[in-house]
Parts: sequence; structure tokens; C-alpha cells
Amino acid sequence: MTDHFEIAGRRLNSRLFIGTAGYPNRQVMLDAITASGAEVVTVSIRRISLEGYAESMVDMLGSDYVLLPNTAGCSTAREAVLTAKLAREALQTNWIKLEVIGDRETLHPDVIELLRATEELVTDGFTVLPYCNDDPVSCRKLADAGAAAVMPLGSPIGSGMGIANPHAIELICARSPVPVILDAGIGTASDATLALELGCSAVLLNTAVAKARDPRRMAAAMRSAVEAGLAAREAGRIPKRTYAEPSSPQLGLIGT
Amino acid sequence: MTQQIQVNGQPESLATFTLEALLRTKGVTPGAKGVAVALNGQVVPAGRWPETHLSPGDELEIVRPFSGG
Repeated sequence: MTDHFEIAGRRLNSRLFIGTAGYPNRQVMLDAITASGAEVVTVSIRRISLEGYAESMVDMLGSDYVLLPNTAGCSTAREAVLTAKLAREALQTNWIKLEVIGDRETLHPDVIELLRATEELVTDGFTVLPYCNDDPVSCRKLADAGAAAVMPLGSPIGSGMGIANPHAIELICARSPVPVILDAGIGTASDATLALELGCSAVLLNTAVAKARDPRRMAAAMRSAVEAGLAAREAGRIPKRTYAEPSSPQLGLIGT
Repeated sequence: MTQQIQVNGQPESLATFTLEALLRTKGVTPGAKGVAVALNGQVVPAGRWPETHLSPGDELEIVRPFSGG
């Protein structure tokens, strides 16, 4: 049983990465993160308020979790690279969830800018985890450029539509030289289970927990979901068949 | 005419000469955890705030971690 995996030499036991945005309040967020069992939590990098100094995510979470900063909101490689460098300075980490958005409405990645930013940040010593399309070719190119993992979307960010193209995710997992983390689109526990069954190393989610009616219970459900998906994958599912195959013995039937 | 700089996209008059002094006016002290600064698109590590001088037209970004997915 493979109960852990590694990114850039760091051993991770939890198969869940969880976001910190959109919870009803801070306490629910902290409880949900605890219930999720996640070791890695994502944060964004934003301008400080010039009026006052707010409570820091570092003080709240920095001692218990691996903080993974993102470049959410960036639409060019240049913006994303500067955001990554600011994140490294602010959090003293070289890990970056690289997002370069090409479309404000669908929030789909801009592959060309993403690849450019990945190359530049890898050269600069970053551990780059790019949020990318569910396309085996762009995932391979990102891995070739030195990405430490690839993070294809299941479906659009915040949509809760689950894994729109399971075949593509399975193909990516089968061919990827680096860990695959399903990022975006998870709506409920079965989506997270499917991601692990398809071969993903982990799942990154936020909205599915933060906006659930009961975020704490959903976080616990997601924790069980990824564990179930991994266990099922390791156990080896039966092949699918077109016709029925009786499970009870065909001998000794009465009336024969 | 007042000499101006841009701080997080907002124009303000240049009243101090070092980055450290300007950050203090924003409530950011050199030991502040989780704050990072870029001057004209280049990150300035906290150790260099005291010796970094500001000039008219400079553009500063002062950031920190926030909630995110």
C-alpha cells in the first residue's frame, strides 16, 4: 500500500491539498482544515491594506501546515513570476502553485504563458506546481520544463462539476513522469475518490468544502474519499464488461 | 509640484527617503512576518529595506499572504 508520495523530495502522507478561501468564518476554516487531514494548504498573495494591518495567514497556519502560495489572478508570465518571487520572500518557501489565467470567465489556464513562467521559475530554483489543462501534451511539456508536479483541472474552478473528462485524467496519470494533482472542479466526495482511482497522487480543492452546508463534515468526507480512492486503486478494480456475469454458483440450482 | 510615488497602485507624495521608513508609516516593521515588497518589479528582501532609497516615480508593491485556493 502506497500511503505516501513525494513532491521535490518532500514526503506527503495526505492526498488532499486544501484552500483557505470562502469559509463562513475563520474558526470553520481552521476546523475544516483539521478535519481534512491536509498537510498542504494554499494561500494567495495580495496587496496589504494601506489602512490597517490584518491578521496574518502565517500566524494562523504557518506552524502547522505547509503553506503553498498561488499566483491566482495573474494573466501573464511576468505577473506570475513576480508574484512567485514575492511569495517566496513572504513565506520563505520555494514552492509555488503557478496559475496563469487566459480567460477571465472560464478561468482556463493560458498554456503558453504558463510554460514560459514554469521555465523561468524552475531556472530560478522554484518548485513549480502548475495549474493546467486536462491535456496530456501540455502536462508533459510542463513536466519536461521541470515542473515538480502537474495539476490538471477536473472542470472549471469553483464549478463543482467534478471530473469532466476522466479518460484524459487517466491518460495524463499513466504517462506523467511527475505526480498528478487533480486541481479544480471537485464538487463532492465521489469526485475526489474518482481522481485517486484514475491515478492522481492527490486532489487540491477549496470551494467544495468551504461552500458546503457543513464545511467541517465535508472536509472529513473528502479525507475519507481520497483514502477510499487510493485503496481501491491499489486493490485493483475488476475490468468492465458489457454483459452480466453471475456472481452466485451456476451448479446445484433447484429444479435442474 | 509634489514628488510622487505609487504604493500598491495608489499615488502618494514621497515624504520619506528609505523603504524602511515608508513601510513603518504603513505599520510594517522590519520583523513583520509574511510581508514582501517589490520596488519597480524587483523583490527587495527585508534585510535591504533600511538601505533602499526611494526616488520620485518609484512603484512599490507591498503584499502578504491572504486566503486563497
